[in-house]
Amino acid sequence: MLRIEQAYWLLALFLAGAALLNLHGRRWWHAAFWAVLGALFACGDFVLAEAKLHHELPAQLAGIGVLALAVLAPRMHRGELRERDEAMREADARRLRHKLFAPAVLIPLVTMVVALFGGYAAFGGARLFEQKQMTLTGLAFACMVALVAALWVTRAKPRAGLFEGRRLLDTLGWAALLPLTLAALGGVFAATGVGDAIAQLVRMAIPVNSALACVVAYGIGMVLFTAIMGNAFAAFPVLTAGIGLPLLIHLHGANPGILGALGMLTGYCGTLFTPMAANFNIVPVALLELPNQSDVIRAQWKTGAALLVVNLVLMYFLVFRS
Amino acid sequence: MMHWLPLLGVAVVVLGFALRFNPVPVVVAAGVVSGLAAGKSVGDVLALLGTSFVSERALLLYVLTLPAIGVLERAGLREHARNWISSLRGLTLSRLLIAYLGLRQILSMLGLTNVAGHAQTVRPLLAPMAEAAAEKRGAPLEQEERNDVRAFCAATDNVGLFFGEDVFIALGAVLLIQGFYAQHGIELQPLQIALWALPTAISAFVIHGVRSVLFARRIGTHAPAPDAAAVQRDAAH
Repeated sequence: MLRIEQAYWLLALFLAGAALLNLHGRRWWHAAFWAVLGALFACGDFVLAEAKLHHELPAQLAGIGVLALAVLAPRMHRGELRERDEAMREADARRLRHKLFAPAVLIPLVTMVVALFGGYAAFGGARLFEQKQMTLTGLAFACMVALVAALWVTRAKPRAGLFEGRRLLDTLGWAALLPLTLAALGGVFAATGVGDAIAQLVRMAIPVNSALACVVAYGIGMVLFTAIMGNAFAAFPVLTAGIGLPLLIHLHGANPGILGALGMLTGYCGTLFTPMAANFNIVPVALLELPNQSDVIRAQWKTGAALLVVNLVLMYFLVFRS
Repeated sequence: MMHWLPLLGVAVVVLGFALRFNPVPVVVAAGVVSGLAAGKSVGDVLALLGTSFVSERALLLYVLTLPAIGVLERAGLREHARNWISSLRGLTLSRLLIAYLGLRQILSMLGLTNVAGHAQTVRPLLAPMAEAAAEKRGAPLEQEERNDVRAFCAATDNVGLFFGEDVFIALGAVLLIQGFYAQHGIELQPLQIALWALPTAISAFVIHGVRSVLFARRIGTHAPAPDAAAVQRDAAH
């Protein structure tokens, strides 16, 4: 049976391979960074299982690993990794044409098939995919299918998978890690009561008897808190427990379903504004080789601002209908 | 007073980003500061950092797409995407962006959020296609314009994902909202929540669609007329 943990082991293997290639190329900081990260991925299950049993040592070692990553990250500079000659790529492109699309499209296609039908797939009486996080397991599976297809179509040697994958990984550099680090920070913030403190601050600042003021405070609070946390999912429980439930639902009689949907979407507008939402706003900067960290945010903030206004108006006119 | 102290972590984040430090150490430092300020011991802070980190491993899975995409790039995937779009006459930059936006929203509404993304589709497919579509104006893109086109592609992917996903009832946002209310004694059906994401989803499509048209027009008119120099030379005769 294919499980999500196997995808993490596969990823650990890839990171170890990238570390070895960097070691070979005397890029020590990159090598160390990917090696530590690979180790964290390989041991992740063990750490979580031990933590459940209140054995703190593995988790503390993982914490030290995270600190090591933080020390290594600023030392990784976008190095010069040679790409294959453009003329050769162009010649291959003219020869292979649409065949090149097939493996690329396999990634979304296979992921989709697993997400929709993976629950029915069985092999020798056993289920092929574990139910838990099946879409993500499907994504990992799809990546392997696509890699095999890509090697077959391009007649490249299997080791090209590691070489080229490592080229892209090093292009990403520390930006690859940022989403994970930020999500971890969200966990720390939640455990240390940062959210409650913020909700309390907002309540001290507004006239609670005005429904409009409460709507605006809830909406803007979602945007600000999402911008700080980089994630509307982290902001939603905090702001809804701090402002939405006591003031809008209980005091002003708002409809909880509508308020929840629009509150979350208002938070998403904040995601469009913030470098903290690294997987959406910083990772593509590295992937697309853009010069400034803020390039993607600059391209989308106007859409976010317009939608914020739309959401606040919708919220004010929809949530108080009885 | 004690329970305001963890907010120092937020201050570290804001300050670190404002001073343009490398974000990874800033974020880790913020976690450590907020943990210590909440009165936890060093050992507890390390353990909290470690478990929080490994519980979020799913966020790095997109890296598994890189070997396949890399092999295809080595064999000219981006070059072919460009060549192909240049050969399609009717496909303009604005139409390409709007089609991608709509597709991404619909896929997310069906819960297929990991199907597309910056690594899976934007870098290998959408960005080179958009560059080729933009160059149909008859002049190559300058580096700055090329960057703008790429950034707009990434933005389009984000907007399509965010404002489609909330309509899907069996995963992610809607379940989180439902779960939150259930904890606080309010029972809701997922559909009672998801339905109200539709007006925003439609607004997002319209707003970003209009912005795509305006963006494509700006890129299109910025083109230095390809023959301007030649015309002037001829006129000088």
